[in-house]
Amino acid sequence: MNTIRHSIPDDLLMGYAAGALPQAFDLVVATHVSLSDDARARLESFEAIGGTILENMDTAEIEQDSLEQTLARIGAMDPVEKPKRSGGIFPTPLQRIVGGDLDSVTWKGLGMGAKHCVLQSGTEGTVRLLLIPAGQAMPKHSHRGMEMTLVLQGAFRDEDGLYARGDIEVADEDVDHAPVAEAGEDCICLVATDAKLRFNGILPRIAQPFLGI
Amino acid sequence: MHDKNEAHWVSLMASIAQNQDHKAFAEVFRHFAPRVKAFLMKSGADSSLAEECMQDVMATLWHKSHMYDPTRAAVSTWIFTIARNRKIDLLRRYARPEPETLPWGPEEAPDQADAIVLQQETDRLAEAIRTLPEKQRILIERAYYGDLTHSEIAAETGLPLGTIKSRIRLALDRLRHNMS
Repeated sequence: MNTIRHSIPDDLLMGYAAGALPQAFDLVVATHVSLSDDARARLESFEAIGGTILENMDTAEIEQDSLEQTLARIGAMDPVEKPKRSGGIFPTPLQRIVGGDLDSVTWKGLGMGAKHCVLQSGTEGTVRLLLIPAGQAMPKHSHRGMEMTLVLQGAFRDEDGLYARGDIEVADEDVDHAPVAEAGEDCICLVATDAKLRFNGILPRIAQPFLGI
Repeated sequence: MHDKNEAHWVSLMASIAQNQDHKAFAEVFRHFAPRVKAFLMKSGADSSLAEECMQDVMATLWHKSHMYDPTRAAVSTWIFTIARNRKIDLLRRYARPEPETLPWGPEEAPDQADAIVLQQETDRLAEAIRTLPEKQRILIERAYYGDLTHSEIAAETGLPLGTIKSRIRLALDRLRHNMS
């Protein structure tokens, strides 16, 4: 596991643990946690708070034959296989949405060699993959709301330092930064905003595998 | 508070996973089903939807029992995560992406000592949550019922970080130990 320099803020992890994040961020958090021990340890701890709350709930009345009904459900359900880890650059949650690893991405050119692929776009925000050629500046874009950028390959640098694989940057709309991809390897990021990007030429596409889970 | 301690729930889970033990399941069900249903109702489900969803959560518990790892999560925590995901499924109509599972799992027998340390830590955490100032405790509960947005969580709950600090350290130690 690599060393993560920039991990996710606690409010977002607690929001994810509680199931309260906009959809666009869920994918980025799930992917980040897959790459970061620190984020996983904090997420599991926020989930432990959820467990404590559940344990201390005032109980609700359940139906009289609730247990029997549940046993019938058990009989009707398929056994659950342990999920397998998928090798590759993309952690499993991202591979599920993309329908494969990096070689399955259908990129669209943004000019200057930069490319992107919109994975989800809707009322709960937009998630896309962004590829910046090694050594180049990220294309200018503006966004309302919050933007999360998770590095999957290569690295970029801005005034806050170096962001490499597994690192995440969370910026609100006031942040005006100028990230530049490091030399050596193209930088590939997963980027989510909770409001629609002001970007031209996006053809929204909701990945099919998403619906099939 | 706990009429049965954590080690008891862990042993019932093992019985379910290894022996498809209906008696063990019935005991877990009697304790957790009314709590899961209450949690779902607090989260906005009406009684019949909550009942349906709860039965689904408990049936999932049966089928996933072989994936439960007592060195990683208390039984209540694990059930909470199943209930939360089912809630997102049902109330938000959306299969949420979940983090990758880790490369170890219960096929290597869980380390008893690790499980005990986690049980003690879980008791400490429960106690810490109980003794938070009431206003903060209620806000945290509301966050987990889905009443707060993530920005309200940051602004209003005063993030219970002190409360989970040693839990985080424990989890991190274990993750690092397993990856090395």
